Amino acid sequence: MRYINAICACLLGLLISTSVLAEPPSEAQQPLLLELTEVKLNKALPVLQQLETTEGADMLALFKTMLNGDLYYEKESKRLIAALKEQSVTRYTDLFSGEELNDLSKNQVSKIKVNNKLRGYLGEAIARMQLNHPDSVVRKDAVRSLFSDLGANTIELIRTARLKEQSRSVQDVMDVALALYRTEHAAEATDRLQAVKVLEGSLEPEVRNQLTRLAENDPSRSVRKAAQTGLDKIDQKAEMYGFINQLFFGLSLGSVLLLAAIGLAITFGVMGVINMAHGEMIMLGAYTTYVVQLMLPNMIEYSLWIAVPLAFMVSGLAGILIERLVIRHLHGRPLETLLATFGISLILQQMVRTVFSPLNRQVATPDWMSGSIEINPLLSLTLNRLYIVAFALLVFMILLIVLKKTSLGLNVRAVSQNRDMAKAMGIRTDRVDALTFGLGSGIAGIAGVALSQLTNVGPNLGQAYIIDSFMVVVFGGVGNLWGTLVAAFTLGVANKFIEPVTGAVLASILVLVFIILFIQKRPKGLFPQKGRAAE
Amino acid sequence: MKIKHLVSGIALSMGASVLSVSAMAADTIKVGVLHSLSGTMAISETTLKDTVLMMVEEQNKKGGLLGKKLEAVVVDPASNWPLFAEKTRELLTKDQVDVIFGCWTSVSRKSALPVLEELNGLMFYPVQYEGEESSKNVFYTGAAPNQQAIPAVDYLMNDLGVKRWVLAGTDYVYPRTTNKILEAYLKAKGVAEEDIMINYTPFGHSDWQSIVSDIKSFGAEGKKTAVVSTINGDANVPFYKELGNQGISAEDIPVVAFSVGEEELSGLDTKPLVGHLAAWNYFQSVESDANSAFISQWKAFTGNPDRVTNDPMEATYIGFKMWTQAVEKAGTTDVDAVEQAMIGQETENLTGGMAYMNKNHHLSKPVLIGEIQDDGQFEVVWETEGVVPGDAWSDFLPGSKDLIADWTAPISCGNYNTVTKTCSGQNY
Repeated sequence: MRYINAICACLLGLLISTSVLAEPPSEAQQPLLLELTEVKLNKALPVLQQLETTEGADMLALFKTMLNGDLYYEKESKRLIAALKEQSVTRYTDLFSGEELNDLSKNQVSKIKVNNKLRGYLGEAIARMQLNHPDSVVRKDAVRSLFSDLGANTIELIRTARLKEQSRSVQDVMDVALALYRTEHAAEATDRLQAVKVLEGSLEPEVRNQLTRLAENDPSRSVRKAAQTGLDKIDQKAEMYGFINQLFFGLSLGSVLLLAAIGLAITFGVMGVINMAHGEMIMLGAYTTYVVQLMLPNMIEYSLWIAVPLAFMVSGLAGILIERLVIRHLHGRPLETLLATFGISLILQQMVRTVFSPLNRQVATPDWMSGSIEINPLLSLTLNRLYIVAFALLVFMILLIVLKKTSLGLNVRAVSQNRDMAKAMGIRTDRVDALTFGLGSGIAGIAGVALSQLTNVGPNLGQAYIIDSFMVVVFGGVGNLWGTLVAAFTLGVANKFIEPVTGAVLASILVLVFIILFIQKRPKGLFPQKGRAAE
Repeated sequence: MKIKHLVSGIALSMGASVLSVSAMAADTIKVGVLHSLSGTMAISETTLKDTVLMMVEEQNKKGGLLGKKLEAVVVDPASNWPLFAEKTRELLTKDQVDVIFGCWTSVSRKSALPVLEELNGLMFYPVQYEGEESSKNVFYTGAAPNQQAIPAVDYLMNDLGVKRWVLAGTDYVYPRTTNKILEAYLKAKGVAEEDIMINYTPFGHSDWQSIVSDIKSFGAEGKKTAVVSTINGDANVPFYKELGNQGISAEDIPVVAFSVGEEELSGLDTKPLVGHLAAWNYFQSVESDANSAFISQWKAFTGNPDRVTNDPMEATYIGFKMWTQAVEKAGTTDVDAVEQAMIGQETENLTGGMAYMNKNHHLSKPVLIGEIQDDGQFEVVWETEGVVPGDAWSDFLPGSKDLIADWTAPISCGNYNTVTKTCSGQNY
C-alpha cells in the first residue's frame, strides 16, 4: 500500500529525474530555493512546506529528485541540479532549464541531504500533488499514502479531487479517506455512523486502527456497535489472509530447500555418494552469478538468465572433475568418500577466499525481482520468492524428465539399481557415474544462482545449506526425487507454521527433533525405494 | 589447597614481574596483537590488526616510545575462543609483550580475561559490547550500552516519536544482554509490555519472511514503530533485503543497528538500506581534520583507495594513543604504573572533541546516529551534546544497578557495590 506507493514514487522519480520543471520558479519561490541549499538538515522541513504552498512553478520534479537523494546544487551559482547515476558515470542537469551540465565535476557540486523525516514529508507532499495525476493507479496510491496523515488541508484536496474523479476504484479509496476523517471529526453520531458504514469492507490498516478506537471510545453506542461489527469482519478476513501468507512463506522456504537438496538427491540419493562438497557446488553457482554481473555491468536485468546455464556448466564441470579425480577411486568406501569430499569443500572455500576475498560479494537483484505483488492490503507476495518457487518447480520438472525420458536417465537408473548388470549390458558405468555426478553438481550450481538473490554470496554460503540438504534427502527417502519434493515442502511449511509460535531458534530445533524421531520410526524416509535394488 | 593456590599465585606474579623487568631491559617495547586472522571473525578483525600495525609504524616514525622502538607481535587466535586464552598466555609469557590490543567478540574477551588477570597483562578492547564488566587489566575503548543503545533509543523516542519497539537480535550474549537493558529502560520510560516485541534468530539466519511480516503487522497498529537491531554480521543482508521486498521503507519503520558499520556495508547492495540508521561513536563521513588525516593515512597504509574506516578502528586508534601517552607519563611500560597513568588520559576523537579515560576503564565519547546513504556511508542526523561517559554496570538491570567500577584508591575495584560497600572481585 503506502509502502508500495513509496517504491512506485521512487521508480517514477528515477524516470522523471532527468525531466525538468515546466516553468521557471516564481519570485516568491526563488529565495526559498536558495535557502534550501544553505539550510541545516534539521531546519529544512519548514522551507519545503513553504515551497509546497507558495504559488509558482510545479515543485513535483524537485521533490521527487530530492526524495531519491539525487538533488545537488552548484557551489558557485547555487543553482539546483539533478544527478542521474548510470553505472559509474553521473550526469548532471539543471533542474529548471533542463540544460545538460556535462562539464561539471564532482567537486563543483554539493548534495542536498535528506533524512527520514524529510523523506516522509516529501512522500506525502508528492502524493498531494499527484491527486490529479492522469494515471488512475498513481492517483489511487497517492490517496492511500495519505491515509496515515489526514489533516484538514489534505482532506480539502481529496474532496476537490473526488468531485472530478471518474475511476471507480479511486473513488472508493477517496471515499474511505473522507469517511476516516468524518469518523474522527463529525459532531453528529449519525454522521459518524454513516462514515463507519463506508469504512466497512476496507482492509487498510488505518481503517482497522480507526475502527478499534471507535469501538472503544466513541460516545455513541450505535457507532461503537457498528465499529465492532466492522472490526470483526476485518479480523475474520485478516485471519484467512494470515494463513495464506504463512502458507506462502512455507512454500517459499520449501522451494529453497528443494533447490538446495535436489542436486544432492542425485549425487547422494541416486549414486549413493556422500558428497560433503555439495554446498560448495551451490557456492560456485552463486559466485558465477557475481562474475557475470561483474563482467556485464550493463545487463543486470538479464544477468540471471545468463548465469543459470553458466553456473550449470561451472559447477557441473567441477563435479565431473571431482568425480574423475577423487570419488571414482573411493568407490564403495563411504567413510573415505565423506572425508575426501569434506576436504574438497574446505579447499574450494579457501580457493574462493583467495581468488575473490573473504568478504561477502555484492550480487544485485534485477528490478523485475524486487518488490512485491499486492493482492490486498493484508496480503502481498514478494516477487523474488514467487519467482524462486516457480524456478524450483521448473528445475524439478526438467530433472524428472531427464531421468525418466532420456537415454542418460535410463543409464543412470540402470547403474544405480545394479551396477554389474548394467555393465554386462554394455553401459559404460564410468562415464555414467561422471555424468550423473556432473548433473547433480550442475543442478546445485543453478540453485546457487537462485540463492544469490536471497542470501549472502560468500565463502560460507555452502555450509549454511549442506545440513538442510541432507536433512531433506534423508527425510524424503534416498533415491526418490518425488520424496525430495514432498520432504522439502513439508519441512518448509512446518517450519513456517511453528516459527510464529516458538520463534526461529526453537522452530528449527523442533523440526530437527521431528526428523530424528521420524527416522527412528521409518529409517528409509517418506518414500523408501522398493525392490531388490534397495537392499 | 587454598594456600597452595595463593603460593602459586604469588610465584606467578613474581615471575611475571621478573619477566616484565627483563622485557624492559630489552631495547624494544613489544605490542601484542590478538586479532583473528582466519575463521569467521577474520573479516572484521584483520582490519584492526592492520590498524595497530599502522599505529606502531607511525609511532616508530616519531622516534618510538621512551627512546625505544615499538615492535608488533601478531598472533592468530583463528576465531577459536579457547585459543584466545592460549594465545594471550603465549604473548605474555613467551613473547613478554608490554600491552595487547585485541579481541572482538565478547566470548573471546571473556576467554582471555582470566589469563590477563592471572599474569597481570594489559589489554585494550576496541569493540562495542554489552557492558557488565570492568577488569583492572582491560581498558574498554568501544562503546558500553549507555554509549550506543540507550542514546539510539532516546533519539527514536524523542526525535522520531517512536511508540512501539521491536528488539531483534541474534541469539547470543551481546544481543540478549543489550535487549534486557533496553527492555528495562523502555519500561522505565513508560512503554507498555504489549508495545515491545522481542525476537531472536540463529547466527546466519537467512529466511526472514515471517519475522519481517510480523514486524510489518506489529507496525501497522497506528503507532510509530522502530526496530532496534542487534542482528549480527551476515544475517543483516537478507534481513534488509526482505524489508525492502515487503515494502517497508525507513520512513515507515526505521531500523537502527548496532553492528552495521562502513566495513559491513562495503560488501553489499545498499539500495534497500538507505535511510535506515546506525548508532556509533564514529563515522567515516564525519568531517574533521583529524579524521581526514586518519582516512588518508589508512588508505596509504593499505594501498587501497577504496578501503573504509569504522568505529572499532577509531576505538583502536584512541586506545593506542592513550597507551603511548600513559607510558610517557609513567616513564615505564610496567602494567601497574601504566594502568594508573591511563586513568584521566585525554586524546582527540577523530570526530572532534576529546575522549577521556574514566576510573572504570571506560571512555567518555560522543554518540552519533547516522542514516545509511546509497554510497555505503553514513550521514550523521543526530549526536549527543558533549561526551557520554561509558557505564560499566548498567543502571537498568536489577543485578548491576548498585555496582560501580573505580580503579583508583581507596576503592580499586571493578564491581563495588555501593549499597553493601563490598567488592566481589568477580568479572567472569
